[in-house]
Amino acid sequence: MTGPLAALLSQAGTPSLPQLVLPHAPYSPAMPEILLAGGAIVVLALASLVGTRVSTYFWAACSVAGSLAAMGWTWVVLWPQVMAHGGYTTLSGSISVDGFSLLFFTLVEASVALGSLVAAAWLDREGMAGPEFYILAMLSGSGAMFMAAANDLIVVFLGLEILSIPLYILAGLNSRRSESGEAAMKYFILGAFSSAIFVYGVALTYGATGTTNLAHIAAFLASNVVTTDGLLLAGLALLFVGFSFKVAAVPFHTWTPDVYQGAPSPATGFMAAVAKAGGFAAFLRVFFSTFSTLRADWQPAIWLLAVLTLVVGAVLAVVQTDIKRMMAYSSISHAGFVLVGLYAATATGIAGSLYYLFTYALMIIGTFAVITVIGGRGDGNHHIESYRGLARRRPALALSLAVLLMAQAGVPFTTGFLGKLYVIGAVIQQHRYALGFIAMVSAVVAAFFYLRVVVVMYTPRVPAGAGRLQLAVSSVPFGRGGRRGAVPTDGGGRNGAEARVPAGTLAAVGAGGPPVGPPAPGGEAAPLAREGSQGAAGGGPGGRPGPDEERAPRVPLAVALVLVVTVAFTVGFGFFPALVVNFAHHASLVF
Amino acid sequence: MLLYATAAIVLLPLGGFFALLVGGRRLGNPRAGWLGTGSVALSFVATAIVFGALYARPPSHRLFVQTLFSWLPVGGLHVSVAFRADPLSLVMALFVTGVSSVIHLYSIGYMEHDEQFHKFFVYFNLFVFSMLVLVLSENFVLTFLGWEGVGACSYWLIAFWFVRDSAASAGKKAFVYNRIGDFGFVVAMFFLFNATGTLTYTGVFSAARAGHIAGTTATAACLLLFMGAVGKSAQIPLYPWLLDAMEGPTPVSALIHAATMVTAGVYLMTRISPLLALSPVSSTIVAVFGVVTAFAAAAAACAQQDIKKVLAFSTVSQLGYMFFAVGSHAYTAAIFLMVTHAFYKALLFLGAGSVIHGLHDEQDLKKMGGLARYMPITAVTFFVAWFAIAGVAPFSGFWSKGDVLTTAFPQGHIMWALGEFTVALTAYYIGREFYLCFYGEERWRRLAALATASPGHGIGIEGAGEGYEPHESRPVMTVPLIALAVASFFGGFINLPIRPDWDFLSHWLAPVVGPYSYHFPLGLSWAVGLPVMDGAVALIGVAVVTALWWRRWDRPALEPMFLQRGWHLDDLYDFLVGRPGYRAAGFAADRFDPLVIDGGVNGSAGLIRRAATRVRTVQTGYVRNYALGIAIGAVAIMAWVLSRVGV
Repeated sequence: MTGPLAALLSQAGTPSLPQLVLPHAPYSPAMPEILLAGGAIVVLALASLVGTRVSTYFWAACSVAGSLAAMGWTWVVLWPQVMAHGGYTTLSGSISVDGFSLLFFTLVEASVALGSLVAAAWLDREGMAGPEFYILAMLSGSGAMFMAAANDLIVVFLGLEILSIPLYILAGLNSRRSESGEAAMKYFILGAFSSAIFVYGVALTYGATGTTNLAHIAAFLASNVVTTDGLLLAGLALLFVGFSFKVAAVPFHTWTPDVYQGAPSPATGFMAAVAKAGGFAAFLRVFFSTFSTLRADWQPAIWLLAVLTLVVGAVLAVVQTDIKRMMAYSSISHAGFVLVGLYAATATGIAGSLYYLFTYALMIIGTFAVITVIGGRGDGNHHIESYRGLARRRPALALSLAVLLMAQAGVPFTTGFLGKLYVIGAVIQQHRYALGFIAMVSAVVAAFFYLRVVVVMYTPRVPAGAGRLQLAVSSVPFGRGGRRGAVPTDGGGRNGAEARVPAGTLAAVGAGGPPVGPPAPGGEAAPLAREGSQGAAGGGPGGRPGPDEERAPRVPLAVALVLVVTVAFTVGFGFFPALVVNFAHHASLVF
Repeated sequence: MLLYATAAIVLLPLGGFFALLVGGRRLGNPRAGWLGTGSVALSFVATAIVFGALYARPPSHRLFVQTLFSWLPVGGLHVSVAFRADPLSLVMALFVTGVSSVIHLYSIGYMEHDEQFHKFFVYFNLFVFSMLVLVLSENFVLTFLGWEGVGACSYWLIAFWFVRDSAASAGKKAFVYNRIGDFGFVVAMFFLFNATGTLTYTGVFSAARAGHIAGTTATAACLLLFMGAVGKSAQIPLYPWLLDAMEGPTPVSALIHAATMVTAGVYLMTRISPLLALSPVSSTIVAVFGVVTAFAAAAAACAQQDIKKVLAFSTVSQLGYMFFAVGSHAYTAAIFLMVTHAFYKALLFLGAGSVIHGLHDEQDLKKMGGLARYMPITAVTFFVAWFAIAGVAPFSGFWSKGDVLTTAFPQGHIMWALGEFTVALTAYYIGREFYLCFYGEERWRRLAALATASPGHGIGIEGAGEGYEPHESRPVMTVPLIALAVASFFGGFINLPIRPDWDFLSHWLAPVVGPYSYHFPLGLSWAVGLPVMDGAVALIGVAVVTALWWRRWDRPALEPMFLQRGWHLDDLYDFLVGRPGYRAAGFAADRFDPLVIDGGVNGSAGLIRRAATRVRTVQTGYVRNYALGIAIGAVAIMAWVLSRVGV
């Protein structure tokens, strides 16, 4: 590779120029990332050549092919190496190839492939041709993989940005909905804020240890007793905050509901799977391999974070009536469970967390595939009432969603059950009963809102006026908003003070001034942050049966494929868990 | 080859189950039945192949474990889906699949008029699958899975005609009684896992052999497992469910409640023979429970009027004999009796079913009589079954029951005497049934003539209409009868004690139970005298019943109420458990539930709602507020971490 290129350069150049020395770089270990990022660039180039004449499914196929090629490389080339010789670092010690990174590679590649299929169905329905989604998804995926493989804080940061920036754009991809732009803006501002905090943490850590390489930091900490460790600990705290933002742990979660609700549904599913995976991957590697000697300092913080995340995620999800917003809080609650495994900080705990992340990624992509279908044209039909009677109109779709939701609730014989079992088992083994108990109670609370959707799907619509009581118990929690389902004229303003925020408030962020627009309860301004208000503005009004709702929604082939894969994975490995469990266990061996 | 065949034994009925579940309705009547029968028959063939392959190995190598996949890797507990082919499990599998095939075939005829024809075979195949999992499993957990599986199938099949209240409540009753026993099984698993750290048979038994299990632990585990066995095999005090289980279709009674499922308890106790060897006191308890059950149930059988209730009590009694054998460490005898019992008891049930089928669903013995003329094949095969169960030489029961009693004799003369007396009772009660059914006055003729109010409708002979004549059943039902009659006659020949190389079953089972079995060489006079005595006692029973019941059909003095009511055990439970249970349930429903449970649930739900309403106000939608939240969090964490500086 270097030979011909150098020869070419030396021929072209004048003799006076010094010989260009290309560094020797092994490409194989980074090939999965290269395939995804390179694939994105190839797609971009192709798109500029053929324009919009090509069906969106072609670009989806390119994206799936790219991620499958990366997956092939992961499994055929890298996995045997790791199995034979153990993990190793490469590219000047900045990338590590081990079971841990390969698990996240697999996760991200699968998420990119499945997410692209869901996106294809969505773009096709919206009549939006063009390869942007796939390019961004592949780039973002390569960023997550860099984060997982990073062995240097600078690479972690690069990965974080490569992961995040495409996600900001993905969140705003639906230019026809103002919420989408608002979500992108909010995500970007807060993301930049937390990135800044993260980089500051990197800088302080560098100042304290003199290196950004994770292995060198660990070696430094092992061989030196830091007597005045304020600088190091401050850096550690800031890194902690940066990661917590990415994985949406309370209190750094506030962006999640707005972004999940506003982003296009396929992007939300992809984001939930990949951003969380990338964030947790780097979180785990940095804190458990590098800062393990400082465990006593950061472990209590994780305890508090886990408890807050579990409780706030589950409790706030209960009062949501928009399914995407509900899934946002659900994803927060899941992050809490992963944190529980991290808190245990044992081989079982980390294996449990990895298992949890891996299985959660597939569940959430499948869930958002269904949400995309139900969202209908315009992607706005997300009120829980839209799911009423789905079992009668689309039994297979309803069953798939029921399985995926029950898996998230932790019903036995699904991967979701085992994930919860492993992480809670790990803290119980460490005799941390309080955290285990809180996690179990939170799982019970969480079961309520998952099962609520299932109940709604399997309960047909009752004639107007006849079914008040039933609506009150099944579709809207605790009866307070119970009249909503039946009386659509009851505006959203009643339910919580935050419903008054209009969309235009973004402008007021920097200035810190009052909202620009006047308060408009449930009004046409359609603010994004409306806890408990009715369905999103683009689709049918909440509660009232929209036109799409009565028709059976069309299930595109791509979505069907995604559902088959995710449901089969969730149920299949729920029955026969050994394979994935061993995979996760192997991945945890690096610590 | 052996690899695939062992898995195939189990997977074929499972495949049949799924095929019937999906396409059973479309296949319809009778093709669904043939599919079910075919899958079980193929499973029998697979079992025979594995049996042959194992037979070809030297005796010490006749163990083959196939692990399909790891099922539950949780902490220190690793449970695999693994099957164990050894002499014991294969004998069980062979007779389970064999008898099941025959009864499947019979059911095609018996269930021909039923609207839920295909559903019956769905349950039946699932049952065979569960039973095979139970006997072929390599660990306690998988056995328990099969154990629960057969329990569930039994529930569905007893309540198969669930529109009848009695059938529905009988199903429930069986379920509840079995739960009591299952509790023991589960706790026993906890004990064993705690003591040995494993639940595989290989692991637990090698720990038992190496002396790693304390005597008290072994006693506790054995007695708790025996509790499970008592529930499943309907022994005192948990037998009443088996009587009510006769509400199910007769093939169900034959397959599940006579031949296979109820023997699961005996199989389990035989399987844990290495544990029983550590705990003599549990063996004694098992033997006492067994022989007392054998006697009590046989006595109750003497007074029953329902053709199937006699057989149900008879099953309880025969299972008592098997536990008697297990408690006497006569494991081979227990399995031998189990196999021969499966043949003749299935034959008795199918014969009864043939009578019921021919008499318009009539089950009352007092309304039958003189049927030998109309149903000759049924009558002859029933006769063979009678002599087989009675233990008349050289029918199969003579050899198997003789084996039990001969081994038990040196270990306790009183128990042996009770067992010997029960032999006579056994000959008596089946003989009474035989005479009431096939000889004497044709009582059904009068009854059919009496009640012609609604001819052709209703269940029972009164609904049959005037001029009704019983008929012999179709070949699909009589062929299984003949096959089972042949097996009932010759079944004893698998273990003849006459010459050392003729007792095939003892040699075959020796690698599994040999070291734990009781060996007490009897003198020649005893070895000949005891069997002769068994045969004589059986013949006395036959003679007495012939004298008493050949011509007569009504002898109230011989049918006392306490025997008809099965020693009033049901009434006792009703008094002790049923009525207080109703009162407790009433209290729970009227007082406890609305106040405490609902109050607690609604209270916590309200708490969550109030908390959420309070917390959600943080979610304002303003980015500046979000950023503030992040900043506060960052400061808080920073404050915590910096408080650790220099610590």
